Amino acid sequence: MSIAATQKRGFGAFLWDYITTVDHKKIAHLYLFGGGFFFLLGGLEAMIIRIQLATPENDFISAGLYNEMITMHGTTMIFLAAMPLLLGLMNAVMPLQIGARDVAFPFLNSLGFWLFMFGGILLNFSWFMGGGAPDAGWTAYAPLSTQSPGHGVDFYVLGLQISGAGTLMGGINFLATIVTMRAPGMTYMRMPLFSWATFITSVLILFAFPALTVGLFLLMFDRMFGSAFFDVALGGNTIIWQHLFWIFAHPEVYILILPVFGVFSDITATLSKKRLFGYTAMVFATILIAFLGFMVWAHHMFTVGLGPVANSIFAIATMAIAVPTGIKIFNWLATMWGGSITINSAMLWTLGFIPSFTIGGMTGIMLASAVADYQYHDTYFVVAHFHYVIVGGTVFGIMAALHFWWPKMFGRILHEGMGKLTFWLFFVGFHLTFFVQHFLGLMGMPRRYWVFLEDQGLDTGNMVSTIGAFLMAVGVVIFLINVFYTWAKGNKAPADPWDGRSLEWAISSPPPYYNFKQTPLVRGLDPLWVEKMEGKGEITPAEPLGDIHMPNSSILPFLISLGFTIAGFGFIFQVDHSAYLILVFAGIGLALLSMLIRSLKDDHGYHIKKEELEREAD
Amino acid sequence: MSHDHSLNPETMPQEPEKATLEGRNKFYGLWFFLGGETVLFASFFGTYIALRNSTAGGPASTDLFGLGLVFAMTMILLTSSLTSVYAMYHMKNNDFKKMQLWLAITAFLGLSFLALEIYEFTHYIIDYGFTFRSSAFGSAFYTLVGFHGGHVTFGIAWLMALMVRNAKRGLNLYNAPKFYTFSLYWHFIDVVWVFIFTVVYLMGRVG
Ligand SMILES: [Cu+2]
Repeated sequence: MSIAATQKRGFGAFLWDYITTVDHKKIAHLYLFGGGFFFLLGGLEAMIIRIQLATPENDFISAGLYNEMITMHGTTMIFLAAMPLLLGLMNAVMPLQIGARDVAFPFLNSLGFWLFMFGGILLNFSWFMGGGAPDAGWTAYAPLSTQSPGHGVDFYVLGLQISGAGTLMGGINFLATIVTMRAPGMTYMRMPLFSWATFITSVLILFAFPALTVGLFLLMFDRMFGSAFFDVALGGNTIIWQHLFWIFAHPEVYILILPVFGVFSDITATLSKKRLFGYTAMVFATILIAFLGFMVWAHHMFTVGLGPVANSIFAIATMAIAVPTGIKIFNWLATMWGGSITINSAMLWTLGFIPSFTIGGMTGIMLASAVADYQYHDTYFVVAHFHYVIVGGTVFGIMAALHFWWPKMFGRILHEGMGKLTFWLFFVGFHLTFFVQHFLGLMGMPRRYWVFLEDQGLDTGNMVSTIGAFLMAVGVVIFLINVFYTWAKGNKAPADPWDGRSLEWAISSPPPYYNFKQTPLVRGLDPLWVEKMEGKGEITPAEPLGDIHMPNSSILPFLISLGFTIAGFGFIFQVDHSAYLILVFAGIGLALLSMLIRSLKDDHGYHIKKEELEREAD
Repeated sequence: MSHDHSLNPETMPQEPEKATLEGRNKFYGLWFFLGGETVLFASFFGTYIALRNSTAGGPASTDLFGLGLVFAMTMILLTSSLTSVYAMYHMKNNDFKKMQLWLAITAFLGLSFLALEIYEFTHYIIDYGFTFRSSAFGSAFYTLVGFHGGHVTFGIAWLMALMVRNAKRGLNLYNAPKFYTFSLYWHFIDVVWVFIFTVVYLMGRVG
């Protein structure tokens, strides 16, 4: 096995290996690659939006294309970039942090990735076929979405349905993994904060995504099969979409932010060489944020007219979330206080995050005030707010995590100089782009408008915003160069480059495919640090060296996802001609057949023999 | 791995479904899945409750629903939950034959339920012209009840596949969790139906 692994293999074998892999570390690579690809795509769309808005009454792109651009930018960034990048990090790090050899459902893990990837590709096919991309906004409010001509919104519905199913599987997989596969001694209250965040985020995924699933089904049935959920003439009610969408989409923003809270907690503790301040409070703040996150969806609907009682309740619930979030901010500051802080790229992103995210949180409190929201609603103030939390929070967090765990994931350390340059360009560009948008919004500039008029006080602000966007783009390009440079001739990473505290730093970089030769014994919070303090520097094993059970690779997840995607195309185009129903039957047939094979064929995996492990040690 | 004796004990452990790590994973995984399913059906119920009086001049619930047929369907499905409990009882006693027998009865009851549901739907469509496209009420009704029916169908197919696949080789610790997770799923379907019976049919009679 080890000999075969070190042999040079052709590109075909390499591709086949990744398509069939069920190893969580390789699935993490796939997620990072897929999410990174869509991040660049969504970034390109953002640049086109900013070029269009650089000057008044610009006609860089047409109004219709502009609507497609904003819709695809939002949809791509949320569903196809931020979420998969986070799922990739969770896959790469969480099993190592809890001392597991793999995840609970390696097959499902692979299926989750391929469903996401195929769903994303399906969605983006709308650019080339069916008369344009979706153009009803990422929120796809009915009746705008039910009336939108062409197939754009159909692609939105099917693409998100397929990728959403994948995300749901990822969530269930992580939940079961953390419940059943923690190493001996790894109690819940000894888990690193990133693993905790993965756990709570998975709970959010589990309870939030089905609401989107239902909303998408209703929209699909209305658009493709003549049902009347949102058809007011037949008694339908368009507000149902808004409720279902936001019951999903508010928890979704916490799905995006809680994992990076975990990232920052681990980074702050490690790079300050201090135990995390207020560990227990951090855990309960995470749980509280997740819980409250389900009670606030109607703050997106203050102007719908739900009435003063409903608006007040949702306003107060929303403001309450500031309390656990504030606890976190202060705990990070207190962790750094008096610590011996290493200022590297990962730490820079962390330091940049705290003030940026706090500004986003403050505008969040402003927006939570229902009466004031009548002024802010659908203006650039809202755009500024959510970019401060999603870019200043999630994107900063992903960048911090990439710089921090890159050595563990890929075995090489990212170039520090380029890392710092990326941070400064992106950080300055980010604030240039979005800070000024608060004021554009307060001056009345509505979001999603194709053009604005000259001499209304909006010209300078928009130009500044566009310049900032270009700075961010340059930062991203330098990061890409850094990735290629590191891949080609970066420094080989030691097992523990940052003097780490948690289990992932106790094994080599990158880890062997079975992760831990012997399951580790966890003797306290920050288990590796505990051992270092006792002068051992390595983890005590919980078992003697023995055979290791491993799951088999499989092509079936790829085939199942392919089947559903083919069916997706069929559903979209059967509206034009019933012959396309063949695609529906063929696609679902392929998927069901693959699932049946999976069910009927026993898959016991294989064992790595003890002797082989001993040989590898030499 | 038929040669692996650890999967083929003489007597079943106390909880065969949780005796292996794979079994525990399946057990917890299915419970989490049912948590998601709960939100799925809650969303369908919410939609239905919002639209149940939006008949747009078409047939209303008071015109359509009779309780006789639906009561029979409820009894059949509840009984099938009970028979699946018997099957699990025999699984824990390592009595494969009796487990298969009770599972077969479960499948038969599930199929009877489906047959009655199909009859019910055709009755509404042919005798009342009440379809998926008639009104928002129609869309919501067929979607909610239809998704439940789809879950029953999937459950029966799942059960059949399990029974046929394992007919020759009997029970072991590899397939015991598979049977057990099916029974969990089947109970869940049953609970959802109890809510449908209450919210759709009983409340529908009152209007
Ligand atoms: Cu919200």
